[in-house]
Amino acid sequence: MFGPRVSKAGSGLRHKTGAWRTEKKPKFLKKNCIACRMCVMICPEGCITGKEKNTFICDYNYCKGCGNCVAICPKKDIIMVKEAEKL
Amino acid sequence: MSKALFTSGHSACAGCGQAIAARLVVEATGENTIIANNTGCLEVFSTAYPQSCWNVPWIHSLFENAAAVSSGIEAALIYLGKKEGTTVISQAGDGGTADIGLQALSGMWERGHDILSICYDNEAYMNTGIQRSGLTPFDSNTTTSPPGKESFGNPKPKKNVLEIAVAHGIPYVATASIGYPADLTRKIKKAKTITGPKYIQIHVPCPLGWRHEPGATYEIAKLAVETGLYPLVEFENGKLTGKKRLTAPKPVEEYMKLQGRFKHILKSTDETAKVQAIANANIERYQLKD
Amino acid sequence: MRQFLEGSQAVAESVKLCRPGVISAYPITPQTHIVEGLAQMVADGDLKAQFINVESEHSAASLVLGASATGARAFTATSSQGLLLMAEVLFNIAGMRLPLVLTCANRSVSAPINIWNDHQDAVTVRDSGWIQFWAEDIQDVIDLHIQAYRLSEDSRVYLPVMVNMDGYILTHGLEVADLPSQKDVDKFLPAYNPSYKLDVENPMTLGFLATPDYYMETRFAIAKTLSDTLEIIPEIAKGFKKVFGRESGGLLQAYRCEDAEVVLVAKGSLIGTIKDTVDDLRAEGKKVGVLKLITYRPFPAKAICDCLAKIPNIGVVEKSISLGATGPLYADITSVLPKETKRNIGGFVIGLGGRDIKKRDIREIFDRLIESPNPCQFIGIKGDLLKEDSKNE
Repeated sequence: MFGPRVSKAGSGLRHKTGAWRTEKKPKFLKKNCIACRMCVMICPEGCITGKEKNTFICDYNYCKGCGNCVAICPKKDIIMVKEAEKL
Repeated sequence: MSKALFTSGHSACAGCGQAIAARLVVEATGENTIIANNTGCLEVFSTAYPQSCWNVPWIHSLFENAAAVSSGIEAALIYLGKKEGTTVISQAGDGGTADIGLQALSGMWERGHDILSICYDNEAYMNTGIQRSGLTPFDSNTTTSPPGKESFGNPKPKKNVLEIAVAHGIPYVATASIGYPADLTRKIKKAKTITGPKYIQIHVPCPLGWRHEPGATYEIAKLAVETGLYPLVEFENGKLTGKKRLTAPKPVEEYMKLQGRFKHILKSTDETAKVQAIANANIERYQLKD
Repeated sequence: MRQFLEGSQAVAESVKLCRPGVISAYPITPQTHIVEGLAQMVADGDLKAQFINVESEHSAASLVLGASATGARAFTATSSQGLLLMAEVLFNIAGMRLPLVLTCANRSVSAPINIWNDHQDAVTVRDSGWIQFWAEDIQDVIDLHIQAYRLSEDSRVYLPVMVNMDGYILTHGLEVADLPSQKDVDKFLPAYNPSYKLDVENPMTLGFLATPDYYMETRFAIAKTLSDTLEIIPEIAKGFKKVFGRESGGLLQAYRCEDAEVVLVAKGSLIGTIKDTVDDLRAEGKKVGVLKLITYRPFPAKAICDCLAKIPNIGVVEKSISLGATGPLYADITSVLPKETKRNIGGFVIGLGGRDIKKRDIREIFDRLIESPNPCQFIGIKGDLLKEDSKNE
């Protein structure tokens, strides 16, 4: 007989950690972005995607609002705004 | 978009340095990767049943034995004729690498397995609540090396695992930092091309353990390097072949003032000077100013 | 083919026939000859396996855990301190449901340090979820390893198996035994093909964190599987007989118990001495027998009760002691025998630290069982070594 034995690969996606945010969230201004991809690299949740300039955005289902993307953006094209703000 | 190899949905703290590094590592090695992971924050926050954030084969056994488990994985792959093109990773935190895991690592390095060993160095036993490890920096405040009337915190400097690895004669040894993510990725990719044991020690700030703002992870990681407290170096076959030069190293105060674990040091000029001396010694040892 | 073999060499030959892919061990007396034998086979190209010398038993067990998880048949061997050092890994291997075979050359446990035979090492890890076989002689040693792989890798089981053989007595003893042919072993033991493994073609996560919401079912599942294994072990022994032509393995063997008034229960090489003593006593007209336990975990409660149902005097003889209580086998046996029957059951501890056991010691046990039974008697204690004053003279 087998009980829990292995976990399905990638099943972590079911856990929507965006619910952790209470105070603030990142806003991607999409004005001066140079597509350097530093925000993609630094996000601890790995939830930022984008291709060309000014196409980068995080997945708010997973973003915990840490703000490291804001810190790393060389063009200051990401800012933190209040959680309640409509984007 | 192709499948993420380390997905979102993990329960790391907001701003966790180790989560950043773990993702960059497996993205750099690609989907033909098998990981053996020691006990610590990473395995706890990424594989709480029934969820797993890993899209590569992944196994957790115990606290000290990822190096031995990965040796078995590598041996089995060789026996089955499946080793070619597959990267085997043995990964652990600083406690699982420098303290309890050192024996198994030493054995694996000595035997020459083709395995990439990664140390996520957040400088204490974070998963169990911020206790002192062999890689906790001098004077750091941890729960088992707290400052008090008769103490300034951790009385010993970091164990030099880097040079222990070099002494084993393994082909590639490096430090990296999530303050320099492109450099980290480059080093992982480079290690992937080398046959034999590789060791990469990655500095990963911990907002909870180091008492810093979640959004300051990147900045603090950078400052650790820029002060000389965490030199970024590469050793190939025993020779120092790469380093991040510091033409104008920043004073250690700039790094320490952002973190609660050093608050008590900044109140003492003597203790601050001792930390600065460590940074200076690192710069000297690896000739970072040249 | 019948050969005159040292027990350790018999293990090496038997394991070789099972086609292991990865072998890893750390030296400890008296297991060393086993691994040395395998090392020579690999060095000569007679055995195509990855042979890895590790830096401790903890790493040896961890390495074979990783190998088994990746889909290669693996093997390790140890004793005593080594088994205890790898104890957490043993729980890990069973907990992860990884097939594996480990030979334990049973040896006493420090302190004081003693390299000779008793059963304390393997008995101490009886809760780990490992199936435990106990060999009486070198033929058992050969046969039980082959059956162990077959059992461990059975898709209804997926639990590791420990084959126990008395250190020195069996490891360094020589006997004539039959070593099966590769052809027959291949017929009996199919290639290792686990349904769950570390494979880049089909990634999965092994060794997860199980919170209180999930942990208990993993233990229940192992307990239930071990219970089911009580049916599977005799099935495999039957299959073994079909291919190899001899009775071997199974849960237990009753020797001259049918009309016995006194039966001793034991395991390991001690059975040989007891069988000889039983024969002597039978020749004197005494109705005695011995119950040889082959499978210790899962504990074959029903088979034991059936065998001992009509026996009025039962002596449990073991080379282990749960300090602070009785011998563990005594506790196991008394816990399963029906309470209502008026019965005389005595517990005996003998041969610790390799103290030699003679037929007269077994006779003494038979006598004491009738005259002065109690749950735990040590046989052969030297009174002059036990003094109130611990200063040695």
